[in-house]
This record gives sequence, structure tokens and C-alpha cells, in this order.
Amino acid sequence: MAALWRRPERLLGAAGLCRTARALSGKSEYDLLVIGGGSGGLACAEEAAQFGRKVAVLDYVEPSPQGTKWGLGGTCVNVGCIPKKLMHQAALLGSALKDAQHYGWNISQPVQHTWSVMAQAVQNYVKSLNWGHRVQLQDKKVKYFNIKGSFSDPHTIRGLTKAGKETFITAEKIVIATGGRPKYPMHIAGALEYGITSDDLFWLKESPGKTLVVGASYVSLECAGFLTGIGLDTTVMMRSIPLRGFDQQMSSLVTEHMESYGTKFLKKCIPTKVEKLESNKLQVTWQNTDLGTEETDSFDTVMWAVGRVPDTKTLNLETVGVKTNSETGKIVVDASEATSVPHIYAVGDITEGRPELTPTAIAAGKLLARRLFGQSSELMDYDNVPTTVFTPLEYGCVGLSEEEAVQCYGSDNIEVYHAYYKPLEFTVAERDATQCYMKMVCLREREQRILGLHFIGPNAGEVIQGFALGIKCGATYPQLMKTIGIHPTCAEEITKLHITKRSGLDATVTGC
Amino acid sequence: MRIIQSCSVIQVLLISPSLKEENAQKLQEGTCELATETSQPLVFVQEKHIGDHEKTLKAHKEGKLQKLLEMNGHMQVPHSYDFDLIVIGGGSGGLAAAKEAAKYDKKVMVLDFVTPTPLGTSWGLGGTCVNVGCIPKKLMHQAALLGQALQDSRKFGWQFTEEVKHNWMAMTESVQNYIGSLNWGYRVALREKKVTYENAYGEFVRPHTVKATNKRGIEKLYTAKRFLIATGERPRYLGIPGDKEYCISSDDLFSLPYCPGKTLVVGASYVALECAGFLAGLGLDVTVMVRSILLRGFDQDIANKIGEYMEEHGINFIKQFVPIKVEQIEEGTPGRLKVTAQSTVGDQIIEGEYNTVLLAIGRDACTRKIGLDKVGVKINEKTGKIPVNDEEQTNVPYIYAIGDILQDKLELTPVAIQAGRLLVQRLYAGATIKCDYVNVPTTVFTPLEYGACGYSEESAVEKFGEENIEVYHSYFWPLEWTVPSRDNNKCYAKIICNIQDNERVIGFHVLGPNAGEVTQGFAAAIKCGMTKAQLDNTIGIHPVCAEIFTTLSVTKRSGGNTLQAGC
Repeated sequence: MAALWRRPERLLGAAGLCRTARALSGKSEYDLLVIGGGSGGLACAEEAAQFGRKVAVLDYVEPSPQGTKWGLGGTCVNVGCIPKKLMHQAALLGSALKDAQHYGWNISQPVQHTWSVMAQAVQNYVKSLNWGHRVQLQDKKVKYFNIKGSFSDPHTIRGLTKAGKETFITAEKIVIATGGRPKYPMHIAGALEYGITSDDLFWLKESPGKTLVVGASYVSLECAGFLTGIGLDTTVMMRSIPLRGFDQQMSSLVTEHMESYGTKFLKKCIPTKVEKLESNKLQVTWQNTDLGTEETDSFDTVMWAVGRVPDTKTLNLETVGVKTNSETGKIVVDASEATSVPHIYAVGDITEGRPELTPTAIAAGKLLARRLFGQSSELMDYDNVPTTVFTPLEYGCVGLSEEEAVQCYGSDNIEVYHAYYKPLEFTVAERDATQCYMKMVCLREREQRILGLHFIGPNAGEVIQGFALGIKCGATYPQLMKTIGIHPTCAEEITKLHITKRSGLDATVTGC
Repeated sequence: MRIIQSCSVIQVLLISPSLKEENAQKLQEGTCELATETSQPLVFVQEKHIGDHEKTLKAHKEGKLQKLLEMNGHMQVPHSYDFDLIVIGGGSGGLAAAKEAAKYDKKVMVLDFVTPTPLGTSWGLGGTCVNVGCIPKKLMHQAALLGQALQDSRKFGWQFTEEVKHNWMAMTESVQNYIGSLNWGYRVALREKKVTYENAYGEFVRPHTVKATNKRGIEKLYTAKRFLIATGERPRYLGIPGDKEYCISSDDLFSLPYCPGKTLVVGASYVALECAGFLAGLGLDVTVMVRSILLRGFDQDIANKIGEYMEEHGINFIKQFVPIKVEQIEEGTPGRLKVTAQSTVGDQIIEGEYNTVLLAIGRDACTRKIGLDKVGVKINEKTGKIPVNDEEQTNVPYIYAIGDILQDKLELTPVAIQAGRLLVQRLYAGATIKCDYVNVPTTVFTPLEYGACGYSEESAVEKFGEENIEVYHSYFWPLEWTVPSRDNNKCYAKIICNIQDNERVIGFHVLGPNAGEVTQGFAAAIKCGMTKAQLDNTIGIHPVCAEIFTTLSVTKRSGGNTLQAGC
């Protein structure tokens, strides 16, 4: 209630005056207030609390247009990495059931998948994480408010509870970490009314059935991948290229594999409307830009995965002068994550030009807290951040794509080593390994420093992590060649890369 | 030949006949690298750089030149070898070396012969790894992991009949079919590369000469300028009554034409634990009999965790016992065997009944029956292993050795391959890179896989002193295991840093799924000299197991909590 009491003096003047008034009247309630209880926000808050600071976190999940909502922890835990990878695992286990028969396990048909069993298990685990986050905040003495926050002045946040009750909280320093939410194509009739997004998919109680996933982002391909894997009739509709921003050769291998895995693709198609039929099915109409025709089909579920938008609109940033990029809506920050207002910072998906990844948000949040309260000056290094796309055949990468490398250094100055390989486990299982591929992009001159590493195959994330570290340490091609392989693994093929793309030689790995 | 001139002071200076113009050219081009001195002439003997006038004179005075020439047998038969290189042993190392040598247009022969096991098991070209090692082992490990996957899959919504049984024969047949394709692939590769292959037992009979005896006992003699011994190792037997008659080894297991049933695995080597692990994973009743410690030479803290995990997963351990007698109760496939064992710490005798007894107590180098005495190659009499210099050269300069038979080197396929390739590149392509046996990563495919690179904790303590090393560690729970809610806080990550050297990472250990895939990249990073700070600055990939290494914060010294909670 202290906040309420304080509010009138906050309103006395402009930002500068406010600070003076606050200085006269003593300190704010909190040393640090974090808006948004996702990976970045929680990491920052907990780290700040370690330094004995008074910290609060505001988190509030605005229900999705379809009414889905969830607990503390943000996108990653509730509607991102965690449920996504678990459902991906469910799909992988589906392949394991097929493999197992080749390995001597007698499984009598039919094998069926029940969505509700999986969803329940995944949701229970996510709920246990929500609970874990709350306990952790409590343990670390971080005050948690389940309220929606917006700026009322540079040091005061106005909070609204679900019931509409208003609260005011003051803080010395404020970190914005509200993340992003899936975008709806509002211009398409029926999109909002009948479509779902990844915010809903993981919380569906019943199977989505025959599904159309619109978009070519990693979210789109990952979701379409696991839906196919658990046996659903799944179609991806994409306007142009898959996985924009990723290496395009790798991206096409990813989609090529998905096609052979059973995912249908409607390429160069743009949806125009979604209608509900009497049968309760959704009829989607789209424009095939290649053929110039209009086509239509009906689905049980239509999911939009056409991008994400930052959650900044309701923050009232204009009032306090926090600058955003007018095109993306994202908050502009400097290398120290400071916004245009010196005591207001931002981390995670909401910041302009940063990778939208949980571990970068966590690291950025922690480092920020250390700089603010722990006498550290270490800045976050956003270079060479590894990542993995959990499509049916996983794709892990770190560093530059081949296109980027060519653009930066010119094709004459880079050397690309590549190989098609077959994971040992695929042999007995009689699985096709056509798309199991890796490439290493190096500088051509002198030390042949590694610029980028790309790997498609099982456990790509596990494979790439260590190499990301090597690249961080400035690994060169000769150093990698001196590293002895671990036999028999997929990762060992990386230490054996010797065919250059330039040579045009067959890059298929044969034998041991 | 003009570029290399005889030194007038030494009257006889033979220059290798195989040093053709092009190689000579290469040598000349490489002059600055090879010789720091600039004075000429540069003298090479047997392609070995001796030095300038003075150094040559010195070498001559010390008798080194003479020795080098004689030991290569050059004086006896200078021009008439059948081959440039004969490789004895067609395993990973031998084949890699042979194929590499063929690339440089050398005339190469590979002799490979599999002496059947006491029970008569035999196999094709490719050596241990392909036939009775890494490959079938990992495939059967995969079969066991799939058994676990079947259980997990129900929790992830998959439904199928309650009872799922494993069919040993179906698995073994698939595995053997794949191996057969590899055997065939090797033969084709040798033919394509124009390497002569003989399925015959090779043994030295006199300098530069081997006798090759094929299955039908037909003997042939071949000569070569150089030899490479790559005969590898075979499983050791106990030397107790009944061992060779009734027990099997890993040489038999992977092609066993019947399900082994209730199995006693004797030994605590990685072979023992890997085999015990997958047999149990396939649903068999498995007991491991251990004389002393598990996984000697590996980090003991981790070794014990592996043991605990296996025990929790239904594998019985009989510790501090050794078998003294194996008797057959009943013949059959499998039959029934009675094993009598004695305590290593007392007089206690125990008996047990099993269908199969698998011996995995170690491996012996195949060096005692290949005529090494005839050519003077020294072996360690106790272990049978061959000591070599850092260029894989034995005490007889024209004879080299690689792979599992080397003394004090690692018994790993990729090491043998690397050593073989680099050796050949040095011999025939003017290369200078030597095989680096330091920081070689490896993985043990026990049910909970273990990947390691660099020092174990105890060896680091011994080498650097406890006060100079910092151990960071943490348990972790793979995301995929949360939904089936199994094995929380069993997976474990540990790194060992040298405090005196900027906290450089000198040991890496991971216990968890896909440990090999995880370890490989970190091994590359260790090669690049990674420090703890760099590890901390690397962004994790979420959600994977390997990311735990980017967030290790608890030191062992602190005694802090390492049980993992949340994201």
C-alpha cells in the first residue's frame, strides 16, 4: 500500500522532477523491478536478489485469443522450448517404436498415439516448473506479483490484477522482459476467430486432428514435425523460403526430410480466408502464387506460425520515453541492455536485434544484474550463439551461415567442408539418411578459422554445444582435424570433414 | 638425385632408392622446415634428414649412419621388395594406413586372418571394432535403449500391447547383416585403392620378409621395404578349469546364435559393463562378478555412479570374487553352467548357476606369434605390447606399429586410424605431423553413457595437487526423462580445471544420454585450450543436456548442492 500512498507525489512533475522528489523522499520500494517473469526476467531478478537487493517481478499472462493461459515462467517453459521439445520427443519415440522392431522387439500392431495422454503429461510437467519458479523466487526473496504492469512514470509501475484492482510499485531500476507473442494475420478473414497459435497448441486437451500450419518459421516446422510424428495429417503452408535467416542449404534439407517423413507442404501459397463448415471443420482458401490459382481444403485445426510480435504496446513506454523500433515494435537497447532511459533496461525477445533464445535472455539478464549490483562490467557477447531447430531431423548450428560468410568475406575467401553421413543407429533400423549432412564454413587463408558449423541429424543440439565452445575459443580447421573422434557417434564425423565444396568431390561418408 | 649430394668425407652414403625426383623436390622445398641450418649439402638417409656436412660427419663417427643403413636391411636386398608396405592386421588402424599409403601410389599389401575363438567364432575383414567391438556393441546398446524408449513412449501417449518381448536372434541377424555389409565394403575399398589383400596369417620369418599362411595352410613369402604391425588384441581367458570349454567372450557374444539367457559377466572393464548393460536392457537376468574396482583407469567417482545406476536397474553385482571353476550342468543353446568363485578377501567360496558366462577380464596383444623375435622387434615381455617412439616406429626402424598393441597408448579405433594415417603421410608424403595421444575423448556405452576427455579427478590431483585443481560439478535431469519421471539426479557433469593455468579445463566428464555426441565438441574445445571463463561465456542450447556445462557453478570443494531444480 506504500505504493498507493506514494503515487500523488509521483505525479507532481516530469521525469526529472520525479527523481528529485524521490531523492528527497527517500528510496523507492524496490532496488529492481522486473516486468515479465520469463526466462530472462526471472534470471535477472534472482541474480539481483543474490546481491542482497530488494527485487520484485511482475508477471501476467494475457490469455490468447482462444483463451489459453498459463503460469509463471514465460514462453520457454509454458508455450515454447519445453513443451515443444517434449512433444518432439513423443514424435521421436514414435520412430523409436518402428526402429525397435528392427532391433528385435516384438511389438504387435496397431500402435496408436493418444494426444490427451501426452498433453496431460507435458502440462503436468510444465505446471511443476511453474511451481518450481514460484518457490525459487520465494527462496531467493524476490517479491512476485501476478499483475499486469505498465509505466505510470519513470520509476513507478501501475499494476492491474485480474480482478481489475490497481496497484503502484516504485523502483530504482526497471527491467522490461515481457517477451513476444504469436502474430495473427488480422487481414485474413476468420484467422483470429478460428485459428490457434503455438500459445494454444501445447495446451489443447484433445488432438488437433488434421492440421494446417501456416508459416515457415522454426516454430512452424517444429510443430508440423511433431504433429506428423505422432500420426496426424499435417500440412505446412509457406509463402516463400523456410527458416529465413538460417543457412538455406540446411533449411531445404530440413524441409526435404520432413516431406519424406510425411509432412505435406503447400509452397508459395498465401491463405486468404478461413471459414467454419457445418461439419465444424475449417475450410481454408489460399492463393497458389506459382500457378495463380485459388485452392481450398478443410482442416480440423489451423495454426498460425507466421512470426511473433513484442509485447510492448500495453507498457505505456511513450510516457517515460523508452524508444522502440517503429517497424518491429521492439525496444532499442545499447550493449549494456540500457534503453533510451538510463535506469530502464530490457532483455530477451523484446529487445531489438537480439536472438530470440532463452539462454541468451538468461545470460543477458544475469550479466545485467551483475553490472547493476555486483560491480561487474562484463557485457553480454551475442556472437556465435549456438541454436538448434527441433524438426524431426534436428538442425543445430553456430556462427555464420554459408550465405553470410560469402557476404562477409567473398566466396573466394571461404572454404566449406561438408559431408553426408549415416548415423550408425539408422543402419539396422533401415532408416533413410539422405538428409544427414554437416558442413563447416572456414576462412580459406592462413589458420582457416571456423566461421560457422551446421549439423543435421539426431541429437543435433547435444552435438553442437561443445563445438560452439570450440568456435568461441577461436577453433581452426587444423585444430578440429587434430581432435580425435569418439567412435561410433555422429559428432565424430565433424572431426573428419575433409571434402571441400569447391572440389566438387562426392561428400558421402563411407565405412568406418 | 642431383640435389642431394654425397658427402665426400663419408665414402658409402646410400640414398634411398624410393626417394624419387618428386619426393626429392618436396624435400628440397621443405628445406626450411626440415633444416634450420642453411649450409649445404643436406644429407638424407632413408629419407631421414641427417643434416649438413658436420652433422653427417658426427652421425658417421657415432656409427648412426651405418646402423640406420644396416637396420633397414638395405645392404642385403636393396631393390627387390615385393611391396613398399605390408600391413599385418586388417583392423581400423591397419586398413586406414594401407588405404592412405595407396593414395601415394605405394605398393601395399594387407594380411588379415581371424584365428577362431575357442568356441569357433570367426569373422570377416575389418578387425575388432567392426566385427566384435564398437559397432555391434553400440547397435546392441541401441537395442537396449529402444527397450527403454518403449517404456517411455507409453508415458508420451503411445499405446500398444502390454507385453513386448525381445527376440535375440532377430537383433543379432540384423546386426550381423550390417557387419557383413561393412566387411564387404572394406574388401571393395581395398580393391578400388589397389591394395593387395590376403586372408592369411602373417608372421615375420626373416628381415623384410613375412610368411602368409591361409586357411588351407598354404604358405607364401612376401618381402617389403617397410612393415606395419596392427594385429590388435583378443580377449583374455581366466586360465581356470572350464573357461575355454564353456565360457564365451565378447568375440562370441555379438554373433551368438541363441539368446544367452541368465548371464554372468566376469570383469569390470568397460567391455564387461557395456555388455552387462545391454543384456540387462534386453530383459535378461545379468550378474557382474568384479574382482576389485570398476573401470580401472577411468574417473572413479564416475565409475561408481555407473555401477550404482546399473544396480538400480536390476543388474546384480558380486564384488571381490573371482571364478575358480566353470562346469557344465547341461548342454544346450544355452545350456546350464555352474560357476564356483572364491572371495578375494577371504576363503569364502560361492556357487552360482548361469546359462552363459561371458569373460571380459581384459585383452591381450596379438604379438607373441607373429615372429617378432625373428626380426628383433622388442615387446614388453609382461604385457606383450610393443614400445614405439613418437612416430610409431619400433626398435627396428623399418617396422612400425599402431593401435591396441602399442605400449602406453590408447586402445581406441579413432586413435589407431589417426595414427595410421599420419604415419603414412609422414612416410610417403613428407608430412611432419605426429599423432597426438593427449586429450583423446572417449565414451563408455553403459546404460547411462559416460563421455570423458582429459584427466580423471584422481589423476589430476596426483599430477597437479589437490589445492591446484578446481572441480565444478552438477547433477542434471534430461528433459526427456521428466515426463516418464525416471532417474532424476542420476546424470552428472563434472569438469576439472587447473587453477594455476587460468582455470584451463583439463578434464571433462559427462554421465547421461548421448554422452558421446555431447563430449565430442567439448574435446575439440579442450584442444583449443578452453578455460572455465570461456565455458561460462558460451551460450547454452536449450533444452539439451550439454547446456549444463555452460552453467556449472558449484565447486566440489564448496560442498554446495548439486541437485538440479528447474530450468
